[in-house]
Amino acid sequence: MFAEYQNIFTQVQVQGPPETGMHGSDAEHFRTQRPGFSKLLGWFGNAQIGPIHVGWYGVISIFTGILCLNIIGFNMLASVNWSIQEFLRQGFWLALEPPGPEYGLRIPPLNDGGWYIIASFFLLVSVMCWWIRSYKRAVALGMGLHVFYAFGAAIWLFLVLGLFRPILMGSWSEAVPYGIFPHLDWTTAFSIRYGNLFYNPFHALSIAFLYGSALLFAMHGATILSVTRLGGDREIEQIIDRGTATERAALFWRWTMGFNATMEGIHRWAWWFAVLTPITGGIGILLTGTVVDNWYLWAVEHHFAPQYTGPYGYEAYVPQNTGG
Amino acid sequence: MQQPDKGYWFAAIGGQMLVGAAVGMVIFIAFLGFWIAPYLVGQVRPTESVQVGPRGTGLQQIEFADENADQVAENIMPVSEDPIPPAPDSALARDVYENVQVLGDLTEDNFNRLMIAITEWVSPEQGCAYCHGEEGNFASDDYYPKVVARRMIQMTQSINADWSEHVAPSGVTCYTCHRGRNVPQYIWFSPVPHPAMGPSAMYQNRATSITGSASLPADAIESYLMNAEVIAVTGGAPRESNVGTASIQHTEKTFSLMIHMSNALGVGCTYCHNSRAFAEWDQSAPTRLKAQLAIGMLQSVNAEYLAPLAPTYPPHRLGPDGDAAKAACTTCHQGAAKPLLGQSMIGSWPELVSSPPVYQ
Repeated sequence: MFAEYQNIFTQVQVQGPPETGMHGSDAEHFRTQRPGFSKLLGWFGNAQIGPIHVGWYGVISIFTGILCLNIIGFNMLASVNWSIQEFLRQGFWLALEPPGPEYGLRIPPLNDGGWYIIASFFLLVSVMCWWIRSYKRAVALGMGLHVFYAFGAAIWLFLVLGLFRPILMGSWSEAVPYGIFPHLDWTTAFSIRYGNLFYNPFHALSIAFLYGSALLFAMHGATILSVTRLGGDREIEQIIDRGTATERAALFWRWTMGFNATMEGIHRWAWWFAVLTPITGGIGILLTGTVVDNWYLWAVEHHFAPQYTGPYGYEAYVPQNTGG
Repeated sequence: MQQPDKGYWFAAIGGQMLVGAAVGMVIFIAFLGFWIAPYLVGQVRPTESVQVGPRGTGLQQIEFADENADQVAENIMPVSEDPIPPAPDSALARDVYENVQVLGDLTEDNFNRLMIAITEWVSPEQGCAYCHGEEGNFASDDYYPKVVARRMIQMTQSINADWSEHVAPSGVTCYTCHRGRNVPQYIWFSPVPHPAMGPSAMYQNRATSITGSASLPADAIESYLMNAEVIAVTGGAPRESNVGTASIQHTEKTFSLMIHMSNALGVGCTYCHNSRAFAEWDQSAPTRLKAQLAIGMLQSVNAEYLAPLAPTYPPHRLGPDGDAAKAACTTCHQGAAKPLLGQSMIGSWPELVSSPPVYQ
């Protein structure tokens, strides 16, 4: 019925005594004791669940994260007069809003941004603890710190939006509301207020790296899948002991576009594109309202906003529905 | 107890996945049909677009080709009787009738002509009694609709005379807003602040029709179209001091007003703005100037004419905050870029432009 080995759903599942990983040093501490197996998850990845390292940073992170989400949720619930039905119906509209600009960097009353500050504090603790956790687990396993640094890049953008920029602007009101539509409205308002963020070069860089990340991910995934039949999925081995899979994959890209990344280098491409997305984005946000107040006029000043010649007077336009 | 074997679990989980996949497939095909069917049966609603700015700026107006027919059906204008030219010896309304405070300069014939038209525009079912009451004492001010109507006639005259830059050439009559209803369909009342929320959240994050169901602040209409707060938010220089400049919250409120305008006129941002630089006047369309005048007009109309009528109304005509019904862009436009598609009836009604009226 199924081919013996496929890549989207892994049909061959190894289920035996659980692999508990390394012994000694810090690696065994604070782990759940009984790993389990899931046939369902096994189709998408590793069938073995756990052991999960708990650890104090994990406990604090989960606890403060849940606390933050609950503060947000109960504030939303309060804004619909504690009606579960309305909470579900209007869920996408609801938000926990930052305080108004009149408070500056002071602590506002609870119902006017105070809960927002408290939720943000717990979110900060939660995210930073998870970050530390990613550092400590990497060290315990003798790994490099690439995941830690990559997560740090995302945290940089998070901190710029919610901490660094509001402090530089002198007001917590500059922070982003916690809500589905409200945070999108914030984004639009932010661009309108500062004269069109599309003229912000760091915003442009961030978009380029974001789309580039998606493109690289697709190219790399497709390349490796296409040479799996030749052993190309064993990427680590192929890095140090290049086989015909690697040769063919490299040749494919040289034939099609004249250049190929290496079996190791493609992962550096991907890592840098990924981390540069929030790093450049964060720089762009941090400069907005602090250094540059109207990006369109700034672009005019720096001669990269083109002047369009031609009528702006809408002379050609006679709207149908004006009857004219 | 015997444990089910692995095949059992495989079948159970696999069965769930099959059911899920089947349901997903049905939904997918249904949506696909929804999207594709119009193309298969040649029923795609065609659009038309007109380029209105320099190439490469995305400045185009897109409309459904059949939009015009729909709008024409929604905006049928009543027939107006032509004015009756006053003769030198024509009797004036103020001499014939009692207590004619605003339209006293009209000849009796034209006064009656206007009264009959107002009945058709505002109370076609109830007739004269809607304003003058069942008692038949036409001179009495005891019944509130007559007092409101008098103020509305003054308001209409003010709009036609003082805000002609916005409303010319079509002008406005009672029908522009009322369309045969006692109370115009598109009015607004002050939004009720949420009792549990502070000022930062008391007016926003709820779907209201006036904000086009966005989660934007619902008090934008009151702030800008009545209380004359500053609308502009964008920085005027590449670099400037942030002292006293607009906050994000202020910007969201302005955004809310823009959504209202867009919905009211049935147009997108580029009807007035070049979206690459919303604030720049030299890249905007003349329509933006029209809209700017409309903002001033509505501030005047709401603050001077509509809001002060609150004590006149009975409680059931008042908003949840005890305020009078007020006007916004939708009140006249009702989804059309020009109210009543720009059809003009003001030529037949010089009485609604000035007192005394000037007949051509």
